[in-house]
Amino acid sequence: MAISIDKNLCVGCGACLKVCPYDAIDLIDRKAILNDSCVHCGACVDSCKFKAILSQAGEGPRKDLSEYAGVAVFAETRGQGLAKVATELLGCGRALADTRKVGLTAFLLGHRIQGLAKDLIAHGADRVVVVDDPRLAPFRTAPFARALTSVIQQQKPEIVLIGASGIGRDLAPRVANRLKTGLTADCTGLAIEEGSGLLLQTRPAFGGNVMATIVCPHHRPQMSTVRPGVMKPLPRDDHRQGTITEAKVTIKETDLRTVVREVVRLAGKKVDLSEATVIVSGGRGVGGAKGFEGIRDLAEALGGQVGASRAAVESGWIEHDHQVGQTGKSVSPRLYIACGISGAIQHLAGIAGADFVVAVNRDAQAPIMKAADVAIVGDLHQVVPLLAAEIRRARKENAA
Amino acid sequence: MLIIVPIKQVPDTNDVRIDPETGTLIREGVPSIVNPEDRHAVEMALVLKDQAGGGKVVVVSMGPPQAEIALREMLAMGADEAILLSDRAFAGADTLATACALAHAVRQLGQYDLIICGRQAIDGDTAQVGPQLAEFLQIPQATYAQDLRLEGGKIRVERAVEGEVQVLELPLPALVTCLKEANKPRIPTLKGCIGAFREKPFQVWNASRIKVPLEQIGLKGSPTQVRRTFTPPPRGQGIVLTGDPQQAVQTLVQTLREKGIM
Ligand SMILES: Cc1cc2nc3c(=O)[nH]c(=O)nc-3n(C[C@H](O)[C@H](O)[C@H](O)COP(=O)(O)OP(=O)(O)OC[C@H]3O[C@@H](n4cnc5c(N)ncnc54)[C@H](O)[C@@H]3O)c2cc1C
Ligand SMILES: Nc1ncnc2c1ncn2[C@@H]1O[C@H](COP(=O)(O)O)[C@@H](O)[C@H]1O
Repeated sequence: MAISIDKNLCVGCGACLKVCPYDAIDLIDRKAILNDSCVHCGACVDSCKFKAILSQAGEGPRKDLSEYAGVAVFAETRGQGLAKVATELLGCGRALADTRKVGLTAFLLGHRIQGLAKDLIAHGADRVVVVDDPRLAPFRTAPFARALTSVIQQQKPEIVLIGASGIGRDLAPRVANRLKTGLTADCTGLAIEEGSGLLLQTRPAFGGNVMATIVCPHHRPQMSTVRPGVMKPLPRDDHRQGTITEAKVTIKETDLRTVVREVVRLAGKKVDLSEATVIVSGGRGVGGAKGFEGIRDLAEALGGQVGASRAAVESGWIEHDHQVGQTGKSVSPRLYIACGISGAIQHLAGIAGADFVVAVNRDAQAPIMKAADVAIVGDLHQVVPLLAAEIRRARKENAA
Repeated sequence: MLIIVPIKQVPDTNDVRIDPETGTLIREGVPSIVNPEDRHAVEMALVLKDQAGGGKVVVVSMGPPQAEIALREMLAMGADEAILLSDRAFAGADTLATACALAHAVRQLGQYDLIICGRQAIDGDTAQVGPQLAEFLQIPQATYAQDLRLEGGKIRVERAVEGEVQVLELPLPALVTCLKEANKPRIPTLKGCIGAFREKPFQVWNASRIKVPLEQIGLKGSPTQVRRTFTPPPRGQGIVLTGDPQQAVQTLVQTLREKGIM
C-alpha cells in the first residue's frame, strides 16, 4: 500500500497528525505533508474527513470502519462446560474493551449451551449472544463458520478474539476469509495502540526466534487467535451484570456435507498441562527415562504435573503430550520448575505465562538461569530428591 | 484422481540465529528446506493416488524463483508435476493473499479431487493458508489429519485435536491439512532425482497466467501488516543459588512459602 495526500483536498486541519503513530506528517503552509518517517501503515487514512489521504490499495469502496465497535470473544465450549481459553479471552478482552471504552460481548455457539451464558458474564462479558442449534453439536467447521460469520456481521465488533485451540485455528481462518479481513495467528500479546486505537497483535515467528507485532488497519473486524494458557482470566464474580440475547442464523444444507462419524476421547493418563498449577519439567539433563522418576516424585510432592523439553521427548524418555514450548503446550502454572533444561527460546516461549520459575542446572550460564526467579546451580540428581524431601517436610510442618 | 499439494520453501528455523547487536534475524547461510509437514502432505497424496489406482499429484508453491528447488525435490519424491507461482506482484502476501493466489492457480488446473496442505509452515506457524484456501474454493476441510483413506468416493479422515480423535467423512473435492504423525515421507531415489530434472513437467506461472486481480494478491491484497519485529524480551534475572545443595533447597522452599506459592 502506498499513502499519498492530495494537496487540493487538504484543508490543513491537522487531524491526521494526531493519529500518526510514526510522527510522519508535518503541517507546512497549512498542508499536511508526509515526511521520511512514513511507513505507509495507513493509520491516517480514515482520520481525514476531507478524503485527502489516499491509499493506493485500490480495493474499491473502502469499508466504513466507524460502523464497527466493541470487543467480542468466541466462547469455545468443551463437553458441557466452557473451554479454559474462553475465560482467558474474556480476561484479555475486558482489558481491551476498557481501554477502548466499549463493551465486551461473548459469542456462545452450540446446542443446549444457554446455561453457560451466566458463566461468561461472571468472567467479564457485558453481553452474551447465544446461537443455539442442534446442528452446532458436535463441532463441525462449516456450520460454525456460517454461524460465527453471521453473528459478527450482525453485531459488527471492531475486535474479535478466538482461542488458538484446535477448534479456533480450524474455524477462524475461514471466518476471516468470509469477512475478507485480516487474521493474526496464535497471539501471545494484545494491546491497543495509543492514538490510532488499533489492535496491536504480538506473536512469535520463526520458531520463537523473533516476535512480530501485526496490525490490521483498513479492515474490520480486527481478528486474532490467541494462544491458550497465556492470558489471565478474571476471577469469577457472580455479581457482575450482563445481558443475554439470542441470535438467529441461517445454516445451509451445503454446510452439513461433512459427517462426524465418531469422536474418540484419548483415554487413560491424559495430561492437561495447560490447566496445571504446578509443573515440574525435565530436559536432556535428566539423562534418561529412569531419571524422570525423580522428576515425577518431585511433581507428586508438590501435587503437580510432569512436563518436558523437546529434547527429552525426542529422546523417547517421555511422551509427546508432556512437551512444553513452541511446538508443545503453552503453560501458565503458578510454579514451574525446570530441571536439566537449557532454556532454548522455543522452550521459554511456552512458559511465558508462568508466575514463578525455578531452574535447576549445572551450568550457571544456561539461558534458563536468566529466565528464572530462583536459579539453583547444581546437579539435578542431587537437588531434585533433596527438594522433594524438603517440600514433604515443610508440608508436614504446615499441617502440624 | 487429481491431488494438489501446496508446499512452501522455508528457512530451517533450527538454524535461525539472532544478531545480538541489532536484534534482527540472521538469515545468511541458513539453509532453505521444504516445510517439514509439507513432505508429509506429499507422502499422503502419493499413497492415496496409489490407493485410487492412479491419477496425478501436482505440487504448487508460491515463492521466489529459488523455490524451484523445493518443488524439484518433491518431484524427486514422486510428485508428477510442479507449478511455481512466481511474480513480484505476489511479494509481501499475508495468509489471505497467499491463499487467494493459490486458489486462482488451483482453478487453472481444472477438475481436482483433493488438496493436501501441511498443518503449518515453520516460518510463520500460522496454519491459516489451508483453511483460507478451502474457503476461497468453497470446499469442505479437515485440519490436523493423522490418517486419510478413500472410502466409496468420499474420504475418511482422523483429526487429532485436544486429546480427541474425530473421525470425519467428507465428500470430494475437499481440503485436508496433514500432521507429521500421519506418515513417514519417502526418501527420493536416484531415478526419481533424474526424472525430477529431465522428464517431469515444471512450469512457472505469473499473476496474469492465473487470472488473479492484482489488488487481491501480495502486499496490496494483505489486510494485515507487520508493524515491528523484535527479539523476545528476557524474563528478569532472579536469585541465583550456588554452593551447598541442601542450603539452596531450604532457601528455595522458604522463598516459595513467603510468596505464598506453597
Ligand atoms: C521450530 C522449533 C520448535 C521447537 N519447539 C520446542 C518446544 O516446544 N519445546 C522445547 O522444549 N523445545 C523446542 N524446540 C527445541 C529447542 O530449541 C531445544 O533444542 C530444546 O528445548 C532443548 O532441550 P533441553 O533444554 O532439554 O536440552 P539441552 O539444550 O541439551 O539442555 C540440557 C541442559 O541440562 C543441563 N544439565 C545436564 N546435566 C545436568 C545435571 N546432571 N544436572 C543439572 N543440569 C544438567 C545442561 O547444563 C543443559 O543446560 C524447538 C525447536 C525448533 C527449531
Ligand atoms: N507460499 C506458499 N505456497 C504454497 N503453499 C503454501 C504457501 N504458504 C503456505 N502454504 C501451505 O499452507 C500450509 C500452512 O501454512 P501456514 O498457514 O503459512 O502455516 C503449508 O504447510 C503449505 O501446505
